[in-house]
Amino acid sequence: MAESGKIDPMHQFAIEPLFGTDHLSIGGFNIAFTNSALYMVLAAVVLWVFVIGGMKRELVPGRWQMAVEYMTGFIKNLLIANIGDKGRKYIPYVFSLFMFILLANLLGLLPLGLVGLHPFTFTSHFTATGVLAIMSFSIVLIVGFAKHGFHFFSLFVPHGTPALMVVPLFFIELVSFMVRPFSLGLRLFVAMTAGHVLLKVLAGFVINSANASPALGLTVGTASFVLMIGISALEMLVAVIQAYVFALLTSVYLNDAENLH
Amino acid sequence: MDAEAAKLLGAGLAAIGAGIAALGVGNVFSAFLEGALRNPGAADGQQGRLFIGFAAAELLGLLAFVIAMILVFVA
Repeated sequence: MAESGKIDPMHQFAIEPLFGTDHLSIGGFNIAFTNSALYMVLAAVVLWVFVIGGMKRELVPGRWQMAVEYMTGFIKNLLIANIGDKGRKYIPYVFSLFMFILLANLLGLLPLGLVGLHPFTFTSHFTATGVLAIMSFSIVLIVGFAKHGFHFFSLFVPHGTPALMVVPLFFIELVSFMVRPFSLGLRLFVAMTAGHVLLKVLAGFVINSANASPALGLTVGTASFVLMIGISALEMLVAVIQAYVFALLTSVYLNDAENLH
Repeated sequence: MDAEAAKLLGAGLAAIGAGIAALGVGNVFSAFLEGALRNPGAADGQQGRLFIGFAAAELLGLLAFVIAMILVFVA
């Protein structure tokens, strides 16, 4: 029968310039319009359509307005639960962050393969998630130092530590604080990458088993296909959870900056 | 043992870390469910902490996956 092809799960993350723009550059840096940029634009457009469609201010809201108010109310409750009343001023940032990451994760799961397109999850690159994490972390630092000045460093020495422990504890807390943006970005990046790699490997099983022999195709192929359906559902759940965890941890870190424990 | 084989073996060993992380994540959710079924009224208030705990346990498992990926595709 036909020879089984090697499964390449990493090719789906390749960044390709689109529309013939791969020669554009500013100051030596390539600024081609890539598939990653396309999906970022798509996520932004979908988000704008969603929010503008719901900005109706009817006293008894229709379904679209209800949906938008549900999302903004969800973020508002998240911030108030974690930061208190001072959390309200972060609603625009955390809402944009949450919705952008949510749409990024979900748009990458669309079954566009049925019409011949290749969906791309731009949060599956550490560069994109790293920048989002750096944004959150910078806001934490700016708010912390603007509000508390050098008293911000008291965050690293909890109240009531014995004098002997202050120096080692300060460095341990400092390290765990500096790891935060790295872990924020890494968590989202790896969750998205791992899910898509798994789906690609299972898809490879379906194709290769069907090519190998009808018997293998019916057993291994159908089992892998059913597993793909289950894993896709799990991936949608993980997409929502990872977006929520990013927003939740951002608000927890903002609480550290606002309230210093 | 040549380098390529060693790398792939190392990646396979890293996958054990993912299995252990699965135990960790199960721990987080089982503790939450146990408490939530005893005191349902207090469950909704602790949902945030549930997801923080899940994220932390999952991250460490995903670190094992990252090491496997680095071994297979980068190093």
